[in-house]
Amino acid sequence: MAIPLIYNVRSVRQRWTSSVVAVLGIAGTVGVFVAMLAMARGFRATLVSSGSPNNAIVRRAGADSEMTSAVSLDSMHVIETVPGVARKGAVPLVSGEVVVIAAFPMASTGTDANAQVRGVSPRALDVRDNVRIAAGRFFRPGLAELVVGRNAQNSYAGLGLGSTIRFGGGAWTVVGVLDAGGSAFDSEVWCDANVLNQVYKRPANIFQSVTARLESPAAFAAFKDALTADPRLSVQVDRETEYYEKQSRQLSTLIRVLGFLIAVVMGVGAVFGALNTMYSAVSERSREIATMRALGFSSLGVTMSFVFEALLIALVGGIVGCLAVLPMNGYTTGTMNWQTFSHLAFAFSITPDLLLQGVAFALVMGLIGGVPPAIRAARRPVAVALREL
Amino acid sequence: MKYLTLIWANLKRKKLRTTLTIGSFVVALFLYGLLVAIRIAFSGGVDAAGVDRLNTINKVSLIMPLPFSYRDRLLQVPGVSGVTFATWFGGVYQDEKNFFPQFGVDSATWFEVYAEYKVAPDEKQAFLHDRQACLVGRSLAKRFGFKVGDRVPLRGTIWQGTWEFNVAGIYDGARADVDTSGLLFRWDYLEERRVWGKGTVGWYVVKLANPDDAVKVTRAIDERFANSPFETLTQTEKAFAASFAKQMGNVEFLVMVIGSVVFFTLLLVAGNTMAITVRERVGELAVLKTIGYPDLGILGLVLGEALLIAGQGGLIGLALVKAFTLRGDPTGGLLGAFALPWSSVATGFGLTLAVGAVAGALPAISAMRLRVVDALRRV
Repeated sequence: MAIPLIYNVRSVRQRWTSSVVAVLGIAGTVGVFVAMLAMARGFRATLVSSGSPNNAIVRRAGADSEMTSAVSLDSMHVIETVPGVARKGAVPLVSGEVVVIAAFPMASTGTDANAQVRGVSPRALDVRDNVRIAAGRFFRPGLAELVVGRNAQNSYAGLGLGSTIRFGGGAWTVVGVLDAGGSAFDSEVWCDANVLNQVYKRPANIFQSVTARLESPAAFAAFKDALTADPRLSVQVDRETEYYEKQSRQLSTLIRVLGFLIAVVMGVGAVFGALNTMYSAVSERSREIATMRALGFSSLGVTMSFVFEALLIALVGGIVGCLAVLPMNGYTTGTMNWQTFSHLAFAFSITPDLLLQGVAFALVMGLIGGVPPAIRAARRPVAVALREL
Repeated sequence: MKYLTLIWANLKRKKLRTTLTIGSFVVALFLYGLLVAIRIAFSGGVDAAGVDRLNTINKVSLIMPLPFSYRDRLLQVPGVSGVTFATWFGGVYQDEKNFFPQFGVDSATWFEVYAEYKVAPDEKQAFLHDRQACLVGRSLAKRFGFKVGDRVPLRGTIWQGTWEFNVAGIYDGARADVDTSGLLFRWDYLEERRVWGKGTVGWYVVKLANPDDAVKVTRAIDERFANSPFETLTQTEKAFAASFAKQMGNVEFLVMVIGSVVFFTLLLVAGNTMAITVRERVGELAVLKTIGYPDLGILGLVLGEALLIAGQGGLIGLALVKAFTLRGDPTGGLLGAFALPWSSVATGFGLTLAVGAVAGALPAISAMRLRVVDALRRV
């Protein structure tokens, strides 16, 4: 016959100090585990959501990011004529883009940080349907005007609507704010590609990448084949989603590896805490256990009962840990994306499956911490334990 | 001495509990060492930065080049004792995931300015005599198994084509926190082969005759190139590294939060263990008092036990983490300098003892205040 579960609940309450210690140990571990994974996930989500499945990005063959690529205006005209490119009226939805870095002072620290400045074609908003103007207006072609991403506006000082800012040897006026739905474009500053080329003294009519909107995601294969087979071009073509996924890989791997490492080490510590609590529970209650055995509860029943108690402590710890980090969901922080050398804002993303993983992790710790003491409890000879005072 | 024997005997009484508590300390101190190493890796060499060096970059941004002609003009600035320069190459070795930094450097002056890189004299000579030579850092060499005499092909991303370099030598850091995850090759080879960007360098590194002149020289350099097509931004190397580190986000804060959570939990675990121990031994302590042990002796007995547990755990944990960091970067090359300095090991040990003392204090005081009559009656 099984020992009633209420027995365990009551005994956890009875020895609350050592229970609290075990609960806190597990809660801390789960909290760190979930927070680290949420960070890696948030970073990845920010970059991946930047890509649209309809879009293809064209770079020079061999260039690993936009920063190191170059595509000429002639090539862009070739790309515009390829079948499969979406059109608005007669205008092909293709944006030749230039990406540079400018140092702006951070609002939080006052020190300079690198912002990604993207020179785009006036059609950029039609090409990227995940970006819209949240305030003000889009820049006028040929003018030194900026539209800034939401996160860029919050991260850097002096990017308020209507303000003038100097960088790269020119004075720019902020005329609009972009809302890119939490993607990497929210950390960017956009302007006219041709103006940016002039101000940065880059060769005219050379873009770094060309982003084309396709009629459908299925049109990608034909589009890619057409471009790579064209002898006038030496380019590589990627889906925009894949390009950004690749960009996120390095840093999210770094966060994940370090996060797992820290969580595993903390987990070992929490298991020690749980073992200690359970062992002292067993030794304090040896007479109780012996009495139960004498009353006819099986040794399996006693084992199960103590394992359940450990799992209960772990479950509470896991839930407390998850609840403690839950407020971090959506908290926006920033880091340097090494692929582009620029600052990228992203939000912690805590999803239900992440919380489940956290609780599962807690239960595993509880199991490891609970089984050895439970076995010891069941193995104690009844007569000896009863005789002890 | 008699107390020590007694404490030791007490420790051995509940071996399992003692082991587990020591284990908790081992884990906590291991984690502490790990966090310190991560912090150092993310601070990107802020602590390793030389005080006698300035970095001069294009004012527009780091990725914009500066003309080669600036080298001689920089040397004319009063207070400058040496100038070297580097260009970011950004090549790919086999696959994009094998990222490591590569710099085209001025072979003649680089090691004069960067004294913390150590190269064997014959390897340095080989580097100076072979235009396609390169030097690889110790941790990079370990990562890919590069040996002297190997040929390393890199696929250029900024400058196209395959670039091959001969490994002329392996450089070490003079200290543990010097980043040795990079590859240095000769700028003149880059200059000879590249089709665009000729006559430019990525950035200059200026060595100061006297570190106290940093502010004056910084201003003098930037004023010299003001209103030119290539205006400069000069910073001390520390400020330069710090601005990079700040952009990585607030790793410091994260490390502090995790560290505090761990130490707080540890305090609870150790305190709880000591409280249980004292509770179990109330009778015994009363007997000791009865036969004439002074109150302070009892205090020392309990406190000593807590400190001994903490100390052992701390030593083992720190030894383990030191060994772990010596093995190198766990992410396979994503972190530059991953090391645990001895000073942090000492701080960690101090922290351990402090935690042990705090955790032991409350039970020790209650043991000291124990009234013999009450305690004996309880038994």
